[in-house]
Amino acid sequence: MAEFWSIYLLPGIIILAQILAIIVPLLLCVAMVTYYERKIMAAMQMRMGPNVVGPFGLLQAFADGAKLFFKETVIPTSANKGVFLIAPMITFLLSLVAWAVIPFDDGVVVSDINVGILYLFAISSLGVYGIVMAGWASNSKYPFLSALRSAAQMVSYEVSIGFVIITVLLCVGSLNVSDVVRAQEEGVWFFIPLFPMFVIFFISALAETNRHPFDLPEAEAELVAGYQVEYSAMAFALFFLGEYANMILMSGLTAILFLGGWLPPFDIAPFNWIPGPIWFFLKIAALLFVFVWVRATLPRYRYDQLMRLGWKVFLPISLFWVALTAGVLVAFDLVPNT
Amino acid sequence: MSFMKQHIRALLLWEIVEGMALTFSYMFRKRVTINYPYEKGPLSPRFRGEHALRRYANGEERCIACKLCEAICPAQAITIEAEPRDDGSRRTTRYDIDMTKCIYCGYCQEACPVDAIVEGPNFEFATESREELYYDKAKLLANGERWEREIAANIVADAPYR
Repeated sequence: MAEFWSIYLLPGIIILAQILAIIVPLLLCVAMVTYYERKIMAAMQMRMGPNVVGPFGLLQAFADGAKLFFKETVIPTSANKGVFLIAPMITFLLSLVAWAVIPFDDGVVVSDINVGILYLFAISSLGVYGIVMAGWASNSKYPFLSALRSAAQMVSYEVSIGFVIITVLLCVGSLNVSDVVRAQEEGVWFFIPLFPMFVIFFISALAETNRHPFDLPEAEAELVAGYQVEYSAMAFALFFLGEYANMILMSGLTAILFLGGWLPPFDIAPFNWIPGPIWFFLKIAALLFVFVWVRATLPRYRYDQLMRLGWKVFLPISLFWVALTAGVLVAFDLVPNT
Repeated sequence: MSFMKQHIRALLLWEIVEGMALTFSYMFRKRVTINYPYEKGPLSPRFRGEHALRRYANGEERCIACKLCEAICPAQAITIEAEPRDDGSRRTTRYDIDMTKCIYCGYCQEACPVDAIVEGPNFEFATESREELYYDKAKLLANGERWEREIAANIVADAPYR
């Protein structure tokens, strides 16, 4: 019995506690991101934004959530019920699962695996399945078109994201996510030497999370709401939560790869008093601001423009930079030897 | 040369950065919207809102049942029945406005020779049922009592232009 306790039960409880310690604040953040987004958009469009529910409208997201929770989940008669209901869960789950390898501070990470980056890359690639399944299972025209678009879009931009990650990994010499941050501790943050890659990564992240100006899978003007057309209530809410959790994840990944994760901008007195997780949080918040800022500024791309940008601009540039970075590292004997 | 210039600008995301700077500057501009239920925009004295039947200062109804409003109403939203009262004066026994038919053209108040039927400044009279929008005489008179001060002020303010 004591053995059962020490081998299975106790580690199980600890893991569960760790999971909850990440997911609960994450979901709260997702709720606040919707509010954050609406407030910033409102400010940029010279409006007020939500300001009725709670002080300054801070509880707006919870009111929306409660509304969706108590609504009926409508399942279309022609839909494939099983897949239809699984699809939002997949989107939601995958957006949460990725957080297992995100370090919030030196050593503060659920699983410090040595292939963390590959794991993140795999999870973000799987993200398209939720949308494709939703589009197919809805058995309706708009969701289907949206699923096709989404699949092509995510594949295209994953290629350039892959190359960007490779450039960073060349400079780090490790696939461990924490090591990526540690590598930026001594030198400069990677967004300075790899600035073009930083921009490409961020723009690809916009495409990867189906955000403006690449929100073709849910383009309101043509596809109504794309793959979300047939969804209602909690199923819709799961898509929504998944999408925003993905946004936070991609911001977090950008912060880790290019902006030094939990590191303070200068390792001097007033900055390094503030603990790492707060720096990480601030960097994510700043990147999310840019996500929203872009949404408030740019119109949606046409589909062929989207493909052109992905394949004819980002792919050659990122490929060139992979070669250039590798060449510079070898030529000046800077290859990291961890 | 302009070909090169154009491509370099595109590559540096020049236009996008410019556009984003513009939206960022808009963040600090004054809001153009108002916090509606708590703040309201200004209304013209001629504003045509919810209808009201007015009374004279001594409490006598202004309406003399001439039915000009009923006749002119393009939506035929007004229904009037009239009988001589005990003192011999002509008064309405029924004065109904179907607010769901009304198009708020203001012809009824233009037609009225005694300024009895007017469209007041109130525009917040949404109801939860259709029946509540079939206004009868009692409701219209109640509106008149409730909004008399604003209505009278509006009529005075608009008088020089008539």
